Amino acid sequence: MTTGASSAALEARSISLPVHLQLEMAFRLLMIQSAWNYELLLGNGLGFCIEPALRLLPGGPGGTAYRQALARECQYFNAHPYLAAVAVGSLARAELEMIPPAKIERFRTALCGPLGSVGDRLVWAGWLPFCSLLALAVYGLGAGPATVLLLFLGLYNVGHLGLRAWGLSVGWRHGMRVAPALATPILRQGPAHLARAAALVAGIALPLALGRIIGPGQRLLGVVVVIVALMGALATRLPAWLQGWRLSVGVLAIWIIYSIAQHTVAR
Amino acid sequence: MTDSQILLLALLGAVLGLDVVSFPQAMLSRPIVAATLSGALLGDATGGLLAGAALELVALETLPVGASRYPEWGSASVVGGAIVGYYPDRAGALSVALLAAIAVGWIGGWTMVELRTLNARWAKRLRPAIDSGERSAVVGLQLTGLATDFVRGFLLTWVALLAFRPLGRAVLGVWGADARVSRAVAVTVAASVGAAAVWKLFRVTEHARWFLVGGLALGLAAMALR
Repeated sequence: MTTGASSAALEARSISLPVHLQLEMAFRLLMIQSAWNYELLLGNGLGFCIEPALRLLPGGPGGTAYRQALARECQYFNAHPYLAAVAVGSLARAELEMIPPAKIERFRTALCGPLGSVGDRLVWAGWLPFCSLLALAVYGLGAGPATVLLLFLGLYNVGHLGLRAWGLSVGWRHGMRVAPALATPILRQGPAHLARAAALVAGIALPLALGRIIGPGQRLLGVVVVIVALMGALATRLPAWLQGWRLSVGVLAIWIIYSIAQHTVAR
Repeated sequence: MTDSQILLLALLGAVLGLDVVSFPQAMLSRPIVAATLSGALLGDATGGLLAGAALELVALETLPVGASRYPEWGSASVVGGAIVGYYPDRAGALSVALLAAIAVGWIGGWTMVELRTLNARWAKRLRPAIDSGERSAVVGLQLTGLATDFVRGFLLTWVALLAFRPLGRAVLGVWGADARVSRAVAVTVAASVGAAAVWKLFRVTEHARWFLVGGLALGLAAMALR
């Protein structure tokens, strides 16, 4: 049995997106969050990224089909900014395949959850801390500014740009049938593997970075490592509202006041 | 720090503040990058890297997840890197830089929330045009958000540097503690936050705590051998 929508989809297999439009969409993806707000969240950014593809709709830019599709794609949407590329690719294809609006809207809503949670675990809780800790380990081993920066930015952005490019490509290739492609082992098991790798690197990086920042002298370093272990253990027990970085403002302020007082006493 | 140096650093703060959310999220705004670039602008990239490494430990605790409120590390790290870069030989420079950067990051987080509220107001006003598929409204909202974020980062960095120039000079002029102890205290605070963050981040993953312990053994061994 062939429904109207699926026959339209079959016809649309020949749809191709010119390279200049692909590049424009890829570039716009880098600013998908620039109007992030509490009204539409990522919605306007999503429409902004899909817009170049919509120019291919019958009637061209400004035509009825274009305006209706652009309005639809600018509604409330939320996802991880990198994995939003999957939504951009697949929704652009769905619009050009002239899939019925109600079906597109349902699909769009269904994409929000997985693209948000997978992206957060893979990138923010996995890839970013891994690259950051690796940079700290390399710094601790004595690398200079250029090496540390090139390593961190190079490595991080291979993953970052690769993920965006993969997302756009897989979304465009599969359109509304993108769900099986999202079951790739990288997205399913990647976060756990990255977390283990990052934990290993964290263990190596922390003492090495401490050693480099403090400078030569094993005794002081040993004392600092023990205090860090104790204070770190205490910090894990802090209530959620009192994060360590907030507390550190108070501790540093007290230390600065103490140091000024020490100078005054010495005089 | 001269006025022209502050202006240049504020421009850097604007670009790196933009990277946090708006464009291109390539993590140029991470402290280890931003503070190093800031130090380099003042002729001391190594000093900037030192501040960046310490701040990076603190930043491990705050992940840039969607609507959550987190410190804006891009502009903040420019301020931190500038303080260490400008006073490379002062005993308390790292302590003052950390305090300044975390405080600016805190304020920066608030400015980002305000920017999102402002964006929402503009989106509401443009809603009829967006709902009728007007290209200029969609593109305009996006570019206005981008430009406003740039201005936000510039002003934040500029005001912070203007405030911390006399403050830093005054505090470091009467610093009484030993240089190595000062560094040790500052990095102890940063590393404690970082260590707790690492634990909270990875403890839920199966076997990750054993990887952490193994890494720690390797790191301590490497530290002892150096």
